[in-house]
Amino acid sequence: MTHNLRADTITIKGQNDDEIEAYLAVPTDVEKGGSIVVIHHMPGYDEGTKEIARKFAAHGYAALVPNLYWRQAPGASPDDAAATARAQGGVSDDQLIGDVAGAMAHLEGLPHSNGRVASIGYCSGGRQSLLAGCRLPLNGVIDCYGAFVVIDPPAEHPIKWKSIVGEVDNLSAPLLGLFGAEDQYPSPEQNETLADALTAAGKEFTFRTYDGAGHAFFANDRPSYRVEAANEGWKEIFTFLERTVA
Amino acid sequence: MCTYQTETLKVTGSAKTAGGWTSMTDATVYFDHPVHYGAGHALLIDVLNPSQGPSARAALELSPESARALANVILHTLDAVPSELLSDTITIS
Repeated sequence: MTHNLRADTITIKGQNDDEIEAYLAVPTDVEKGGSIVVIHHMPGYDEGTKEIARKFAAHGYAALVPNLYWRQAPGASPDDAAATARAQGGVSDDQLIGDVAGAMAHLEGLPHSNGRVASIGYCSGGRQSLLAGCRLPLNGVIDCYGAFVVIDPPAEHPIKWKSIVGEVDNLSAPLLGLFGAEDQYPSPEQNETLADALTAAGKEFTFRTYDGAGHAFFANDRPSYRVEAANEGWKEIFTFLERTVA
Repeated sequence: MCTYQTETLKVTGSAKTAGGWTSMTDATVYFDHPVHYGAGHALLIDVLNPSQGPSARAALELSPESARALANVILHTLDAVPSELLSDTITIS
């Protein structure tokens, strides 16, 4: 069943109470339901990410995408904003956590919220979704091929992220990880290292690795799109949300 | 994959952007997902003037072979220029 929905560009409070742009898609025929924060990929707060938010709403979940590049490039086109953010070293982990916390608070305040919120992110957002799960009280966490979770980016790169595998002891919710077998960032070996750390920490997690798929197999506007992996992945996502936040 | 591999440098020159010709001060070179070029990865170049805002940007998305060929041609062209012309610049203040 798909739901009726409404989608709007809104303003929410993010890190340091900064007002940032966000895209909210909500089902209009659900009395009480769960919700999800959608963390956009490195190419930005773009059309594809907004389409993902509407898909969640069509399946009964309120979805909110904070524009992580709003501070660096308010009102810019997604590609210009992404280029600006990249040139400035990307989004800091502290900002990410503040913006996701703001998005969670907004979702929890919606009239039809059941108080349960998940997060999902793609590409760089996959790492950020897992990080949010380690630092914020989420009810479900989905990591779609997040790189640099168990290894640091090379030191000379301007993007100053660090691996976050050391934080999984604090993971607040079940984790769903969706990966491509042909991806190298993250590689299947790196995902195994993450699985070992989660097992050692006694955390609940499900990993799916799809043959014939590499990085960004969900991105249906890019050559990396793999229809079978994406369709199977979406099934896993909705089964997971039914279990964790519905 | 996301390589996140990014090199940045200061440049002097101009580029034509969506808003017209603009002085440029910075460049970013990286190998990652292109926005428009039909490949999973490409050599991406942004020439920027951050003081003029995010839209002061000229972008290139090139196949690795094209990028290497372009880089070589740029170097060959510069090598062939008489040295006195290389300093033939006009500063507009």
